[in-house]
Amino acid sequence: MTISRREFVRLMGLAGAAGMLPASAFAAARKPSDLYEIPKFGNLCLMHMTDCHAQLNPIYFREPSVNLGIGKARGKAPHIVGKAFLEHYDIAPGSIEAHAFTYLDFDNAAKKFGKVGGFSHLATLVKRLRAERGDGNSLLLDGGDTWQGSGTAYWTRGKDMVGACNLLGVDVMTGHWEFTYLDKEVISNIADFKGEFVAQNVSVNDDALFDYKFADFAGFDEDSGLAFKPYTMKSVNGMRVAVIGQAFPYTPIANPQRFIPDWTFGIQDERMQSMVNHVRENEKPDLVVVISHNGMDVDLKMASRVSGIDVIFGGHTHDGVPRPVEVSNKGGKTLVTNAGSNGKFLGVMDLDVSKGKLKGYRYRLVPIFSNLLEADKEMQTYIDKVRAPYKDKLEKKLAVAGETLYRRGNFNGTFDQIICDALNKVNDSQISLSPGFRWGTTVLPGQAITMDHVMDQTCITYPETYRREMTGEEIKAILEDVCDNLFNTDPYYQQGGDMVRVGGMDYVCEPGQTMGKRISNMTLDNGSKIEARKKYMVSGWATVGSQSPGRPIWDVVADYLKEQGTVKIKKLNTPKLVGVKGNPGIAG
Amino acid sequence: MAKTIKIRAKAKNGVTVVKALITHPMETGLRKNKKTGEMIPAHFIQEVVCKHNGKEVINCEWGGSVSKNPYLAFKFKGGKKDDAIELAWKDNKGNGDSISAKIR
Amino acid sequence: MSLNQKRRVFLKGSLAVGALGAAAGLITPGAVLAAWNKNAFTAKSIDEAIAASNGQPVTTPSTDITIKAPDIAENGAVVPVSVATKMKGVDSITLLVEKNSTPLSAVFHLPKGTLPDVSTRVKMGKTGDVIAVVKANGKLFSARKGVKVTIGGCGG
Repeated sequence: MTISRREFVRLMGLAGAAGMLPASAFAAARKPSDLYEIPKFGNLCLMHMTDCHAQLNPIYFREPSVNLGIGKARGKAPHIVGKAFLEHYDIAPGSIEAHAFTYLDFDNAAKKFGKVGGFSHLATLVKRLRAERGDGNSLLLDGGDTWQGSGTAYWTRGKDMVGACNLLGVDVMTGHWEFTYLDKEVISNIADFKGEFVAQNVSVNDDALFDYKFADFAGFDEDSGLAFKPYTMKSVNGMRVAVIGQAFPYTPIANPQRFIPDWTFGIQDERMQSMVNHVRENEKPDLVVVISHNGMDVDLKMASRVSGIDVIFGGHTHDGVPRPVEVSNKGGKTLVTNAGSNGKFLGVMDLDVSKGKLKGYRYRLVPIFSNLLEADKEMQTYIDKVRAPYKDKLEKKLAVAGETLYRRGNFNGTFDQIICDALNKVNDSQISLSPGFRWGTTVLPGQAITMDHVMDQTCITYPETYRREMTGEEIKAILEDVCDNLFNTDPYYQQGGDMVRVGGMDYVCEPGQTMGKRISNMTLDNGSKIEARKKYMVSGWATVGSQSPGRPIWDVVADYLKEQGTVKIKKLNTPKLVGVKGNPGIAG
Repeated sequence: MAKTIKIRAKAKNGVTVVKALITHPMETGLRKNKKTGEMIPAHFIQEVVCKHNGKEVINCEWGGSVSKNPYLAFKFKGGKKDDAIELAWKDNKGNGDSISAKIR
Repeated sequence: MSLNQKRRVFLKGSLAVGALGAAAGLITPGAVLAAWNKNAFTAKSIDEAIAASNGQPVTTPSTDITIKAPDIAENGAVVPVSVATKMKGVDSITLLVEKNSTPLSAVFHLPKGTLPDVSTRVKMGKTGDVIAVVKANGKLFSARKGVKVTIGGCGG
């Protein structure tokens, strides 16, 4: 079923008239054509979603106030936040777009414009665009991080999302957190997925190749050793479109290798070049695109080194970037996009392609406001069915937010602080460490914190907590290591996460320094200096190397929240930053 | 008994690719047993030789920093289906193993 | 060829190897006669290790040597490394790990007819370079590739 634009406008009107929309949303809804009327251009349309992190229902998501670019990346997309972002992209302050793309006036704007994302709302937009472009003239691409991020995804081992993506009609996807399920679950989920799963940068290990357990899997190629199909050819409005997959290159480093012992990753840009050459020579493509989970900085570098790619549809770093960056390389130009996270945006690129050449394009990163897009009934029924067995558990109210609770940003968010405080309190530790993931939804002040929210922030397949002694030196080594993954000036050494979150301690951070020299002045909350040789009791979660012995983090956080009533954080353990004054990647 | 070696040799376009995997602890002798605090004695493969129809095609000297369960891949010109490939290793304790296979 | 067929052929191949190896036992470990170069493998510095394994420490950096190794190691204990070159007359390829306490990892002696293209996996204690030395027509050439060894985690 597809909805025409006229019907869509009519439905919007009905929803408004019937009082289904809050008054403020209705004011915005009066001219939905402004936001969702995307004029046709050219002859084919590529829709791109990425990093939805299994958010089936509408949520709030606060964009970062700190997203620093260091070295050559300083002040360039995606390292621009807040007012600098609005100026750079010429977005009117206070507008619905300003709310979608920045953290500015977040609480008020969130109340005014309502929740974002939700697969049933996304489905309505996708169906509408497909209908407007005409049958067979569009593709829906998914950059991955789709099967992880919610309680239902965790409990169904990603199957709920495979079903939702099948309903949505995702044509091609690649992955990252997909690989945090067991390898056999990944293989089985891909088998259930009606689209295609592509990744040119995942090989079977040398040793595993001797007797590979998934030798029968259709995507595996014994000669190349690739674990998944590297690319697929799609016919779109008579044009031959090559879609090459680039999975997250550092999956076995940032996430446990033990779940996927037979697979090896890496950026593999030389292989990407030979893959593009192979496609260009043998497949007679009219357009060559990559769906990438590299992260934007890595994509920008890859686009400068690899030639022959028309567009890289990027994800991983969760950057909502309104305009593609045009990167020059020796073959011409490559467009690089990044399409945000948590189901908040749909990237829509209309392209004018003929005889193997990209003549022109129009791009919109369209925010999904659930008040402005009617829920698709079929998808909503599916979501309700998926959630039904877990509904009571997930909707259980644990506490009330005393302030905005969020994660995204280079350093501690307020929800991270709750996790860190919970670890220290429940585990009786001095210092707590929590990973700098970029997913995790936002809770508004006065809103009930439910188990849904806790799972949004914590649910991974290695949730076990630990409590152990570490020396000051070891703690510094961890901070330095993670900080280098974030601020190394060579993007190929960046892993795309944010800084490890800390509780019970403060430090000074100089992002522009080199590894080993960024972290200084580590102190406990009581002001005493953290000494290199002295031992401290540390608790944390998400151990990558081996399974930790403690309870899952969500139980620890839930226990803590239940005791709180209304949650307000006492102290945000965010570092004192040095050398970032005037950087457009930090709120002024 | 070639219990420690897996080998695959494949000829294509006049070049034979040999890939071998050997089960071996490859202890450097520089590592401490975390429980006892004692040094774990060195135990690693020092030499690997591979022959094609009786003629040597590679001869390797290895140290303890080659990874546990070592992997070796190399290529030589010539070789055809059903030719004999032999590979043998010897470690610092004088232990060793060998295998014989056919190019496929 | 269907996937199932491919699988069957592969299994058959593996079995044949096992059976033949067990029955024939053509070369015995004792037949491995190359003299293991103790001085080279216990050398503490790069120069000493290259000198002891290749006769002298001075090498000419060459862009004709390709080292394939990950930018960031997935596991420092198992870092896949491939060294290849288009040079002619290559007698040996020597592989060293800069930051290991004994840098020399492996020497591959390549008789005529063997291509200068070898792969293995090495241990790396910390971030540093993998160094390849190629001996071709009696001359030494070298190349380096940096590999970062990280604690991991906290990403995404």
